[in-house]
Amino acid sequence: MPQILVEQLVKTYQVAERRPGLWGAIRGVARRRHRTVRALDGVSFAIERGELVGYIGPNGAGKSTTVKALSGILVPDSGRCEVAGRVPWQQRIAHVAEIGVVFGQRTQLWWDLPVIESFELLRDIYRVPAARYARARDAMIDLLALAPLLDVPVRQLSLGQRMRCDLAAALLHAPAILFLDEPTIGLDAVSKLAVRDFVKRLNRDDGVTVILTTHDMDDIEALCTRVMVIAGGKILSDGTLEALRAQVTRERWLTVDLVDASAALADRDVVEIRRDGHRVCLAFDPQAIAPAELIARITRQHAVRDLFVENPPIETIVARLYAAHGGAAP
Amino acid sequence: MSSALRPYRAILSARFRMLLQYRAAAIAGLWTQAFFGITLIMIYSAFYHSSDTPPPIALPQVISYVWLGQALLAMLPWNADAEVHDMVRSGSIAYELARPVDLYGLWYTRAVALRTAPTLLRAAPMVVVASVVLPFVGAPAWRLAPPPSLTAAAGFAVALGLALALGCAMSVLINISLMWTIRGDGVVTLFTTAVSLLSGLLIPLPLFPDWAQPVLAWLPFAGMFDLPFRIYTGHIALAGLAGVWLRQAGWTLALVVLGRWLLGRGVRRVVVQGG
Repeated sequence: MPQILVEQLVKTYQVAERRPGLWGAIRGVARRRHRTVRALDGVSFAIERGELVGYIGPNGAGKSTTVKALSGILVPDSGRCEVAGRVPWQQRIAHVAEIGVVFGQRTQLWWDLPVIESFELLRDIYRVPAARYARARDAMIDLLALAPLLDVPVRQLSLGQRMRCDLAAALLHAPAILFLDEPTIGLDAVSKLAVRDFVKRLNRDDGVTVILTTHDMDDIEALCTRVMVIAGGKILSDGTLEALRAQVTRERWLTVDLVDASAALADRDVVEIRRDGHRVCLAFDPQAIAPAELIARITRQHAVRDLFVENPPIETIVARLYAAHGGAAP
Repeated sequence: MSSALRPYRAILSARFRMLLQYRAAAIAGLWTQAFFGITLIMIYSAFYHSSDTPPPIALPQVISYVWLGQALLAMLPWNADAEVHDMVRSGSIAYELARPVDLYGLWYTRAVALRTAPTLLRAAPMVVVASVVLPFVGAPAWRLAPPPSLTAAAGFAVALGLALALGCAMSVLINISLMWTIRGDGVVTLFTTAVSLLSGLLIPLPLFPDWAQPVLAWLPFAGMFDLPFRIYTGHIALAGLAGVWLRQAGWTLALVVLGRWLLGRGVRRVVVQGG
């Protein structure tokens, strides 16, 4: 039995529509027009203990709604959902005691209190025994380098510092599952690496199941063995990054640095994606033409300074997937 | 049992310590309320001296009533918890639900801190000003008089405790009302007006016209200020104590039941914000 099981989850809600203009606003006072939005439209997946799953999708795709249903905050209209054998919204209190949640754009720390006092409050709220708390706290302080921050009121922390503290706060009660909702949003490069490093280690060493929603594909490439893509309330893809690529396109990119910037580079098997002075980027299908053969042909016809073959960036893959399913581009 | 209450105790103590930091606001409030109290007393003195009809409540009782109201103003549920307001607007209420505690219990705990910490800061200096300083500077007629008997004092203490319980239940209702409007201020203003008028803060309830008395007596607001104050001043006889306590406890229970029901519905509304 998987640790997290979701079957045919549906959640709709009513959005009040504002009509444009002054007259629209006046009519809106008398009678509201409502539109039904299907935030989740039959979502199914299963996650085993210890997995690290990336959950991506354009804004408004249903990511947060899924996370809220899984954390017991939101009651879906229909479908089945079990986390560690519990239905989250039916046994909310028992359920949330065993999960950790981090919403990247918000903090669960108390704004006016020093960090350590927030930790102690969470210890009491989650009823963590003293010895277990001390162990978890010391481990977090060590792993996330929190020692200099403990006595600082939360409002004085930088975003990166706060995110490290928020990660620690979500883990003091040693949850078996961690939901991370855009944990690297707005962080500088160093802080992003620190967060990724920590999440990876947490998953590998402690076996914590992690579900990560993000718009940052570097997060996904650095961390996740499995990616679920959602758009318009439906799961479009679920598998490894390689499987996601294969599903969208077989395309590879060949980048060539020409000696002569003005040389025309036409070939029946390639599509030129962009040209920037001496540098030309070409897309090709490796099943239609072997890369070695293509390179040989081009170097025969042109004076080439340098070249390399790569996969299209995951951003491009995901954007194409969103576009193909009518989702808004992120 | 003690472990069951541990989260609420911790939150109460943290909120309490945070609120005690607002000393400057308390001092400013002290000035405003002393001024407000003296103004009200001057107005009532003028009324009483120009009227021949027998008053429903004696002037010294009115004066003590007014001072108690000014001293305990922060206990009255007249505003929303700024923290809850922010949470509802920003959506961090999701975090509140992600904690393994009963949400109503959590919000009630917050309300207790919000209603007691500032009251403790303000009430003692206000009482000193009204009962010691005023006679000392030559205005003994304007002072806060002690209760007529020890029994009245004890009865007042119990009624004040129940007034706090009732006020906190009302505070939670005000917070819950924020979930139905985006800015929430409109509904809160309604509460503010109703509470300050119908609790006796602005005008002692015995001074309202006769036809209003039965209505006022059966609304929950009298239990927050008027009834305890009238016990203190001896306006309610000791025989009426049990009736007052019962009424306060009954309304507290009713507001808690109503609040729990509304909170359940409100939560379902707000969690959809932010898709």
